[in-house]
Amino acid sequence: MLKKARIVSATIFFILITLLFLDHTGTLKAYVGWMAKIQFLPAVLAANTGVVIALILVTLIFGRIYCSVVCPMGVLQDIIFAGKRKAVKKARMQQSYSKEKKVLRYGVLILFIILMVAGVNSVAILIAPYSAYGRIVSSISHPVMPVAAIAAVTLVVIVALALHGGRTWCNTICPVGTILGFFSRFAIFRIMIDTSKCVKCHYCEKRCKASCIDIENQKIDASRCVNCFDCIDNCKLNGLKYGFAYRSKEKTNEEHKKSTPDKGRRAFLVGSVILAGTVTARAQEKHLDGGLAEVLPKTEPERDERITPPGSRSHKEFYSKCTACQLCITQCPNHVLKPSTDLKHLMQPVMSYTDGYCRPECTVCSDVCPAGAILPITREEKTVTKIGLAKVNPELCISCAHCAVRCPAHAIRMVKGIPAVNESKCIGCGQCENLCPVRPISAIAVSGYKVHKTEE
Amino acid sequence: MKKIDRRKFLKVTGVAAGTAALASACAPKKVKNTGENGEMEYRINTNNGDKVSLLGYGCMRWKMIKDADGKEIIDQESVNELVDYAIEHGVNYFDTSPVYLQGQSETATGIALARHPRESYFLATKLSNFGIYTKEQSLKMYYDSFKELHTDYFDYYLLHSIGRGGDHAFNERYVDNGILDFLLEERKAGRIRNLGFSFHGNQENFDYLLGLHEKYHWDFIQIEMNYIDWRHADGVRNVNAEYLYEKIAALDIPIIIMEPLLGGRLASLPDNIADKLKEREPQKSLASWAFRFVGSYPKVLCILSGMTYRSDLEDNVDTFTNFKPLTGEEKDFLEHMAIMYSQYPIVNCTNCKYCMPCPWGIDIPGIFKHYNTCINEGIFAGSRDESDYARNKRKYLTSYNKAIPTVRQADHCIFCRKCLPACPQSINIPRELKRIDDYIEKLKQDTL
Repeated sequence: MLKKARIVSATIFFILITLLFLDHTGTLKAYVGWMAKIQFLPAVLAANTGVVIALILVTLIFGRIYCSVVCPMGVLQDIIFAGKRKAVKKARMQQSYSKEKKVLRYGVLILFIILMVAGVNSVAILIAPYSAYGRIVSSISHPVMPVAAIAAVTLVVIVALALHGGRTWCNTICPVGTILGFFSRFAIFRIMIDTSKCVKCHYCEKRCKASCIDIENQKIDASRCVNCFDCIDNCKLNGLKYGFAYRSKEKTNEEHKKSTPDKGRRAFLVGSVILAGTVTARAQEKHLDGGLAEVLPKTEPERDERITPPGSRSHKEFYSKCTACQLCITQCPNHVLKPSTDLKHLMQPVMSYTDGYCRPECTVCSDVCPAGAILPITREEKTVTKIGLAKVNPELCISCAHCAVRCPAHAIRMVKGIPAVNESKCIGCGQCENLCPVRPISAIAVSGYKVHKTEE
Repeated sequence: MKKIDRRKFLKVTGVAAGTAALASACAPKKVKNTGENGEMEYRINTNNGDKVSLLGYGCMRWKMIKDADGKEIIDQESVNELVDYAIEHGVNYFDTSPVYLQGQSETATGIALARHPRESYFLATKLSNFGIYTKEQSLKMYYDSFKELHTDYFDYYLLHSIGRGGDHAFNERYVDNGILDFLLEERKAGRIRNLGFSFHGNQENFDYLLGLHEKYHWDFIQIEMNYIDWRHADGVRNVNAEYLYEKIAALDIPIIIMEPLLGGRLASLPDNIADKLKEREPQKSLASWAFRFVGSYPKVLCILSGMTYRSDLEDNVDTFTNFKPLTGEEKDFLEHMAIMYSQYPIVNCTNCKYCMPCPWGIDIPGIFKHYNTCINEGIFAGSRDESDYARNKRKYLTSYNKAIPTVRQADHCIFCRKCLPACPQSINIPRELKRIDDYIEKLKQDTL
């Protein structure tokens, strides 16, 4: 029963989150967007304390249900593992208990936190589970380098690990798994072995994808158990049950002593601290064909500073929180947000006006960002948020005045045949740059502000 | 070059047609030809006895495909198939031009027609010297057409799209450079069997050209005629077809019809008009009404239709086989439909692509076609308060992005106005693009 409930809810979560990344029409986000927002790491980065506390409470009470239901990467591994079991009969009984690799788990977590705090997010986010999954799915529908290559490597690693030992990734590498595992160690409800019924047949142990059932000692490592409930279903003797863990004292005290709560808690708190950096970006090109006049694809102009979307407030805040989950990139209806190829911000989004511009009515990225890297912003706020400034290249300009006609902020006027940009009005939306008829490099181009300017 | 006189030609086309022509009065006359697939409607050119199928093939809309390099080329295989089918079913008039389909129409049409005996069809092409008026260029265009079409005479030869710009434009293109005198000589020599012109313009332009009949003796005139233009041309830049028809008919000049469907627009009508046509003739296509309207006028010699697909051709052959003219009541009904049609904010584009390529890459006819299609299908929002606003907005914007790549959309028009002189319908293209883009902006920003 519990297993069925787990499978049903995990399936719903998994399918909907996957569709969220594949849905380029933007219709699903209104209904499913919250599923991205309750992902642990993004919520931490977004300082979404409500969500974080709720997830920790759920884990403290029920165990790592999050890992079996909410996390798409976890479910993906379950699917791979289940597939292997279906395909290879022998594989059904291949698991065995292994000791918790504490040094590795906490070592990776600490390294992850150090990297995030030091602002080297681009390396740290490689192992962020939800974002890694987002990169895999978005690369299926829109493969863009380097995201696709990294996603492919991630997928290979995940598949290999899942085929090898089920939830190996979650219990050794995944920083979220380690944090939640730390809490689930003390979970109020967990799976326990009824020593009066268990005959140590090892059936459950051999089928445990978390390798956390130690049947010799009749113990289950709650820090690694992801509450899949398979073992309860599998045991014909009803030797396992899910229930209140603190009834009989003798069962729970050992782990208490072994754990290092201070270290874990500290690490977790540091994880929510924020830092970041800056640099330039380059976006991909698009090819057009047809019997119409050739339209050269625009190439990215030299920008003094990269542009970040309205709602991100500053480069520093933006890049310290973004986990490069690609959700905003897949959802951007105007093809403005692109994954950065720059090493320091690898795969984190950057704005480019080669294929579109930041439309005045659109606030999609700020609506979907689960990590608080792009904070919610209204249309009205957006029209007075200056994210950059357009600059004219008089040598390329053909004096058509199209930029002046189109500018939604009325910031451009023709002065002696050349557009002049009023810096007090320009909001950096890029409409002028994108619609400039001069190709491949526009005669007017936007450079970003490191810190966005907002009017009073 | 081979010289063909009328007598010899009559022999070829058949004694029956010849006698019919001799016996007839000056106006084109109906003759039935019994073929294996029914009876295609034929009309007789009373000037020379040509027995012309009422359905003519306009070669401006052959199917384009992409070759290995991504270049658009005509799908020759489909052209051959369509031409074979048309000839087999009695169509014997083919109208092309050196400039159609990026200059490829004559070549493709020539290849397909060369597989049939030259005397089994009438060939029409044009002197399309747009932009470059020199005698050298014009002569080159004229002689190239012989090569492309594998012939040594043209049955019908047209001064292409004259009228707009009045006497000034006419003199510049055809008189001052001496090319019209040359063509008159060619007519005498028999290499041009019929010399005429295709007309686009206002009433003043038309009266001027018709006034030249005494001087040049136009053998035929090609006009735009359909149940919309009959009485609902805008009157400023265009003139009602009723006026044109009556004037030309009074002079007994054979009339050839172009744009009977307004570039296909009358084959896909707004739903409530389409419903009314279907109520009367559920089994007949919307296009068949438009063809029957034009064909009902007895002095019409031939109606051109640019049929891209086999299904269009089959449907049209069906309409013109055992042709049924409209009754007076049916004409009134269509006039009523025309009044309804003129209430829609449709762009008067016939998708002839003369404006293309836009130097800035904009897909002008594509944008107009999408807009018109949306209006036909009721995907149009008057204001934000309408109950189906959200649905119409979504549908319009999604289909727009699907039909027109972003870089070819209306917001890229910089008002260079290069397209303006090219449009035979005298559409103010930049202004219409702006009108459509303003509508799109309002949809996007919800400010409608």
